[in-house]
Amino acid sequence: MSDRFISIEGIARRFPTRSGEPVTIFEDLSLSIARGDFVCIIGHSGCGKSTVLNVLAGLDQPDAGFVFIDGKQITAPGLDRAVIFQSHALLPWKTALGNVAYAVASRWPSLKKAEINARAQRAIDLVGLHGAEMKRPAELSGGMRQRVGIARALSIEPKILLMDEPFSALDALTRGALQDEVRRICRDTGQTLFMITHDVDEAMYLADKIVLMTNGPGAMIAEIVENPLPQERKRDEIHRHPDYYPLRNHLIDFLVTRSVTFRNDMPAGYDRKKPPVVKPRAQTPTMA
Amino acid sequence: MASAAPLSLRAGVLSLLIFAIFALAWHMATRGGPAGPAMDPEYAKLMGATATQGKSAMPGPLEVGAKLIEHLRHPFYDHGPNDKGLGVQLAFSMLRVAAGYGLAVLVAIPLGFLIGMSPLMNKALDPFIQIMKPVSPLAWMPLALYTIKDSGLSAIFVIFICSLWPMLVNTAFGVSGVRKEWLNVARTLEVGPWRRAFTVILPAAAPTIFTGMRISIGIAWLVIVAAEMLVGGTGIGYFVWNEWNNLSITNVIIAILLIGVVGMLLDQLLARAARAVTFPE
Ligand SMILES: Nc1ncnc2c1ncn2[C@@H]1O[C@H](COP(=O)(O)OP(=O)(O)OP(=O)(O)O)[C@@H](O)[C@H]1O
Ligand SMILES: [Mg+2]
Repeated sequence: MSDRFISIEGIARRFPTRSGEPVTIFEDLSLSIARGDFVCIIGHSGCGKSTVLNVLAGLDQPDAGFVFIDGKQITAPGLDRAVIFQSHALLPWKTALGNVAYAVASRWPSLKKAEINARAQRAIDLVGLHGAEMKRPAELSGGMRQRVGIARALSIEPKILLMDEPFSALDALTRGALQDEVRRICRDTGQTLFMITHDVDEAMYLADKIVLMTNGPGAMIAEIVENPLPQERKRDEIHRHPDYYPLRNHLIDFLVTRSVTFRNDMPAGYDRKKPPVVKPRAQTPTMA
Repeated sequence: MASAAPLSLRAGVLSLLIFAIFALAWHMATRGGPAGPAMDPEYAKLMGATATQGKSAMPGPLEVGAKLIEHLRHPFYDHGPNDKGLGVQLAFSMLRVAAGYGLAVLVAIPLGFLIGMSPLMNKALDPFIQIMKPVSPLAWMPLALYTIKDSGLSAIFVIFICSLWPMLVNTAFGVSGVRKEWLNVARTLEVGPWRRAFTVILPAAAPTIFTGMRISIGIAWLVIVAAEMLVGGTGIGYFVWNEWNNLSITNVIIAILLIGVVGMLLDQLLARAARAVTFPE
């Protein structure tokens, strides 16, 4: 297993401001992600999470540094990465099936129409939208639209799924159901997944690794938290796990205080090129 | 007080009522008054019915209605240059509009695409568009007559010019306003420029483009009447002018009515097309 399937190497992104002095959202930012990892990134609003994701997607270019995926440098968007946008970004004049079929036809231009539709239908079924495939986005609920977006992303069999707060606009029940589905699909297919979230519980339930990003401008990756919870998690049981509260407290503590103070209070030996990996656990190891 | 009848029914009844009142007022105003004082029959013959019977030169609704029915019975006769059926004249006008408007579509939509996609072209062509757009299309007529040397083609050119601007401006506006997220979808799917133009930009901009096409057809139909009055020969505009010279107000009124009806039909046609490409968001 390659440890550096995705490798972000010292990227920076600056935006011009009205005063003329460009603002540095982040610089010298490095991170690597292994194949098959489910990585969540959390941090306060405006710290630059979407910017990192857009650079990974190739939709935005870094002002310095490089991104490699599977050893190849990223300079443009590509079919090896599928993006699930926060605002679903479905084409409103196409049906649910049409939206997915459009992606399939882009991925495999030589396929026959019937085969394209068959594959699109399979992706639609996978996210539980059977029966709604002929509806246009305007006729779908928010959760269903987001499912179409997920189906579209999965249909092209990407190497990496990039998700920008995919569930933040949904109610708790729908969000839970979609989280379960994404988790199941990722475990079944071994997808590598990079996801932005604001929701600590979402990150704890879904992620293998949680990347903590400090406040901007000049945001840094403070650390990478390895999820101590077992791979086999049940949503309604994980809060009984002894490592649950240590992990949760660690994350909340970061969001509340350390995301601000980290800059002035860096741990000894902190290296931007290799952010420390931590694994919060209960003090006394428990017998399983 | 709530009424059970649906709004459209009540509106229809009201429309009929308004029309009835209007027709009645029209009829009263143009009805022949009491005969004037007795006058020398020779003199009366010279002066005509207008002066002698107190009858207005303005035709009444019954006269116009009768004449309209006569026209509708024989819309397509052709008795030489100054006596053609109304259907023939309308067909001439519509053909000219179709030709000029069609040419304008062929030019405005690709050019609008270019302007909408390229900020450079947008800025570079903007001064020309801004100056040309407010010019009355009829101001082009002498130039067209001089260069083209054919009155029929000149009328088509004038229609072309007046249809061009709304479509051009709307296409450019629609294309430049395509949502970034839809373009990003195309980018992440590695969709090529031509496929992107036809599968993302065109459908996204279609409602705006059709709005421009609808404005254009309205203007073209306004302008054709004036243009045909100038160039003469055939067409509904020429018909109006010719009947004015014949002092046939009845025919002028009928022409006005038919111009309105055809204009409405053209507008409805484009409105329906626009509705077909509009997507709910
Ligand atoms: N095109 C742009 N021009 C100027 N500034 C920008 C641009 N895009 C983003 N920014 C700035 O960059 C910073 C990071 O933006 P980004 O969208 O990455 O934040 P985020 O972490 O995703 O926030 P949120 O959680 O609210 O989505 C913000 O302060 C924003 O104002
Ligand atoms: Mg964001």
